[in-house]
Amino acid sequence: MIDLTLNGVPTRLDVADGTPLLWAIREQAALTGTKFGCGIGACGACTVHIDGVAVRSCVTLVESVAGRSVTTIEGLAPVGSLHPVQEAWIEDQVPQCGYCQSGVIMAVTALLERDPSPSDEELEATITNICRCGTYERIRGAIRSLAQTTEP
Amino acid sequence: MADDERGTAADGHPVGEGEGLEAAGKKGPKGKWTRRAFIGAGTLTGGGLVLGVGGVVFAPNRLRIGPEPEGGTGQLTTWIRITPDNSVIVAIPHCEMGQGALTGIAMMMCEELDADWSLVRIEEALARDEFANGYVMRAFVDEAGFSLPGWFERAFGYAAYKVADLAALQMTGGSSSTRGTGQYGMRIAGAAAKEMLLEAAAERFDVPVEELTARDSRVSHGPTGRSATYGELATLAATKKVPNRPALKTRDQYRLVGTSQPRHDIPSKVVGAAQYGIDVTLPDMLYAAIAASPVFGGELSSVDSAPATAMAGVHEVVELPDAVAVVADGYWQASQALAALSPRFTDAGMGDASTETIYAAHVAALDEEGPGESQSGAASTVAAEYRVPYLAHATLEPMSATARVADGRCEVWAGTQDPLNARRVAAGAVEMDVDDVVMHNQQLGGGFGRRLTGSFDYIEQAVRVAKAVAPRPVKMIWSREEDMGHGYYRPFVVARLRSDLDADGRPLSWTSRFTGSRLGDGGAATPPYAIEDVDIGVVAPPQYLRTGSWRSVAFSQHGFFVESFVDELAHAAGRDPVEYRASLLSHEPRHLAVLHRAVQMANWGGALPEGRARGVAVVEAFGSIIAEVAEVSVEADKTIRVHRVDAAVDCALVVNPQQALTQVQGGVHFGLSAALFHEITVRNGVVEQRSFPDYPMIQLANAPRVNVEFIASDGPIGGLGEPGVPPIAPAVANAVFVLTGQRLRTLPLRLA
Repeated sequence: MIDLTLNGVPTRLDVADGTPLLWAIREQAALTGTKFGCGIGACGACTVHIDGVAVRSCVTLVESVAGRSVTTIEGLAPVGSLHPVQEAWIEDQVPQCGYCQSGVIMAVTALLERDPSPSDEELEATITNICRCGTYERIRGAIRSLAQTTEP
Repeated sequence: MADDERGTAADGHPVGEGEGLEAAGKKGPKGKWTRRAFIGAGTLTGGGLVLGVGGVVFAPNRLRIGPEPEGGTGQLTTWIRITPDNSVIVAIPHCEMGQGALTGIAMMMCEELDADWSLVRIEEALARDEFANGYVMRAFVDEAGFSLPGWFERAFGYAAYKVADLAALQMTGGSSSTRGTGQYGMRIAGAAAKEMLLEAAAERFDVPVEELTARDSRVSHGPTGRSATYGELATLAATKKVPNRPALKTRDQYRLVGTSQPRHDIPSKVVGAAQYGIDVTLPDMLYAAIAASPVFGGELSSVDSAPATAMAGVHEVVELPDAVAVVADGYWQASQALAALSPRFTDAGMGDASTETIYAAHVAALDEEGPGESQSGAASTVAAEYRVPYLAHATLEPMSATARVADGRCEVWAGTQDPLNARRVAAGAVEMDVDDVVMHNQQLGGGFGRRLTGSFDYIEQAVRVAKAVAPRPVKMIWSREEDMGHGYYRPFVVARLRSDLDADGRPLSWTSRFTGSRLGDGGAATPPYAIEDVDIGVVAPPQYLRTGSWRSVAFSQHGFFVESFVDELAHAAGRDPVEYRASLLSHEPRHLAVLHRAVQMANWGGALPEGRARGVAVVEAFGSIIAEVAEVSVEADKTIRVHRVDAAVDCALVVNPQQALTQVQGGVHFGLSAALFHEITVRNGVVEQRSFPDYPMIQLANAPRVNVEFIASDGPIGGLGEPGVPPIAPAVANAVFVLTGQRLRTLPLRLA
């Protein structure tokens, strides 16, 4: 039994210690936007925010998030609205199959929150998500257009 | 044609040789393919027009217009519905796996219908025979008289297929959606519906039909200023005679096709709402983890289920002939309990197989062929052996499927590239009539050929597990490790190429002997170059791993062989690789055009930063021709790094430019991961790779910039999902040769 704040809502998840956060989110909380890709933190499809920091939920145990604030792709923006990164993703038509994109978007939002104009080096070192379809050109472009619009 | 209380009589007329069908009429050796299609139309309950097009050869009775037999949604199983509220709803018999084909195909329909694009809604057609896309086959037939794709031969056997099987294909593969369904089905449907709407308006306004114009979902009569929406006219239109030769637009009349339009599937993908196979959730659902025999062909000999059943939340340990599954309340519980088991499998006599023994078997098969003789008059001979490894598809969404066996029925929820055949596999696995199986196809978290016909082990497993825990539904998910180790891999191929050159370095002959099991690979192995004596031959080695279609199929291997080897010839002749290719392509103006454009984009011959070089390759595949130039460096630790790729593409017609661009860019990145990193190896009969760390992918940090330009031409429309893949490996290898003098003839590319 874990108490946490999930997408802004105090939530109790009936799940055993030792369970990766990913499966608690997908199965107990029924939020399937967070994806399973590898289970070892290698691909980034399961990325969520814990207290605003991008974390790979498949290698994060549920007990470690007790009392903390977890945000998933479904909670990135208030219902009926879009986060600027999501808007940019539609504007630039980034996703192909889209399976990795929840994780990419969560990683990018956390990065831009920390640094609205990341250098190429920072971007490449931080956004290590795997996209099998190869949408990297559009990911880069969408981030650059966001960085420009947030510059003074 | 069936009639029922919801749909009124549907009429069928053969369609003649409209512009859109012209190219499909080439007769192959079988001579059975015709260019005829059938259009049927009827009225919707509550008013409106429904219209569908089917292939008459494949399915004379396919145009049944009727509601769902169960579920009561009243959805009609045809291609276009125009409703009184002026919506146009189009059902498309292809799956969405990120290629954007659904949007592109709908655009082609909308273009001919002259509908308002903002009023068009897209649905994926249900997995029912009425949607079978015989047109897909036509796209292949069109290309080479009578050439069937590799997956098809494996699925049915080249000689043994039946026309009835063809009719039941609803697959998405072979880069065929836009050029098949779009070109030969949807356009005709749109054009026919428009003519019926015009007839309806002529009656309502009592004016000659010639005085009417259709645009943006409205028919207008200029002289009187009267107009009506398609929705207002649809019910009357449904009573009009179905045109048997609807007039299709010529390309210069297009207004929507050729403009960049947003894809219909993207908004749900950025908010986590898009439902993939792995996301299906049913009331009372259980979860399953599974481990199949690590050696292909192995069978489960024994397993002690006690360690698993003792664990919390575990319901059942299910033994399948070649796998063991654990069913639990949650996936994590199931996977932990599975890990606690020690199942024993037989090794099917393959326990000694390794990459080395597989390679040796391929070499032995080639050795039996002998070296062949050089041409008289040859000044020199160039010969080389190439080799490519098995490759996994590694879709980011691992194989998964949800199934429920209850009340004499079986329902399956999964992402597949061919739901009709998946349904058949499911029916066979649970020994049910296919009519008692319902397939709910889901979005695919990547396909690339892994979820095609003949690769439905995951469907089979899921329904068997569901049967064991019936009536509760169960969602089976493969671990990444299970997925990596149980693929239908791109075949391992060894190829020997040889060419005799004259005194000027021109090739007099080109001989290719390669290992493989598919006749169809010969097309991919044939160079486009003007060479008098071309001799292509395949030898069949023993089979080890399961193989399947991998994005761009045989072109991914033979593109590497052919375009590397011709580069070798150019260097042997002491000539520039671009100039050398061009000198052999004067009979192929489209190849020449993309080659020249790509090298221009890349500034071929222009100055480069120290330590960089360019390589080029040009490959025709799936009706499109792509030339790619790669700009490459080699780091101090011998890492090969690709900085930039310039690609020029001739797919004849670009439907949705922004989407076409991403298919090529994605294809380059997909091919580059394989060129630089990917290799499935075998040890003791078992695949060695487990997950992404040992099957690494291109990431943002090493993804090159990919510039793409399209060249319009008059040819039949080409596919785009796959053709971007083949040229990148040889382009990079050719650049590496310039940089290092090392000719890398084995993938992945590794410097000594």
